Amino acid sequence: MRRDVFQAISDPTRRAIISLIALQAMTPNTIAEHFETTRQAVSKHLRILQECELIRAGQQGREIYYQLEIDRMKEIDQWLEQFRQIWETKFSQLDNLLLTIKNEKK
Amino acid sequence: MKTVLLFEFTVDKGSNTVNVRREFAANLNLVWDAWTTPELLDQWWAPKPYRTETKSMDFREGGSWLYAMISPANEKHWCKNDYHKIDGHKSFTALDAFCDENGVANQDMPRTVWTNVFSATGDKTLVTITAKYDSLADLEKIIEMGFKEGFTMALGNLDELLLTLSNNQDEE
Repeated sequence: MRRDVFQAISDPTRRAIISLIALQAMTPNTIAEHFETTRQAVSKHLRILQECELIRAGQQGREIYYQLEIDRMKEIDQWLEQFRQIWETKFSQLDNLLLTIKNEKK
Repeated sequence: MKTVLLFEFTVDKGSNTVNVRREFAANLNLVWDAWTTPELLDQWWAPKPYRTETKSMDFREGGSWLYAMISPANEKHWCKNDYHKIDGHKSFTALDAFCDENGVANQDMPRTVWTNVFSATGDKTLVTITAKYDSLADLEKIIEMGFKEGFTMALGNLDELLLTLSNNQDEE
């Protein structure tokens, strides 16, 4: 099963994890401390985020730190841009229609 | 010279809503009509190169708008809007759906609740649109469908641009 960024952000806990490590790289323990859920649940979310390639695990001494993959986050932005484009097209069509109607009324 | 019109587009991932604010250079009655009468909706609703064809429209609370989005290759995608609340010339709320030509909703596709609010701003009209999805995954599904359209659309716009450019060259 192929995972993608949208699966990563479709869960509120995962969105919160992303917000946390966007500020600074963190160890799984530090991340888990921010949530009421079990360590296992947090680990599972971290695994999914890693499979979505939205976070990367790096070794610092004896600790594992998770950090955000900024480029993958940009994909979400690009995707939203598509959505925006569709609206822009519709609206400029409506602009033209309104202009046509106004001119006919004159 | 085109007037600059307000256009804001934000996505609130926390509440799974897309929020759009757009100003139109026409009075409120006309803009309201453009959003609620089939003859006018058919002229702008579908992003190019798609076009809209209304099959039936009953703009009342409890009524529906059943229409097809038609691709350049003449493929029909049937959609409907069920009107929930209408506050004349002020706002309306509708639930959209992909469906068949008889208006039977496709259960596999997410449905979106749309709230559109209209307000006069001098000689312009501001439309505030809120699209509420059940989940971010739903929002994703909708946009995946839009991707194909978006791409075709971009190509359609390019065609138009090329045509304009070549016409301009002819005039020189």
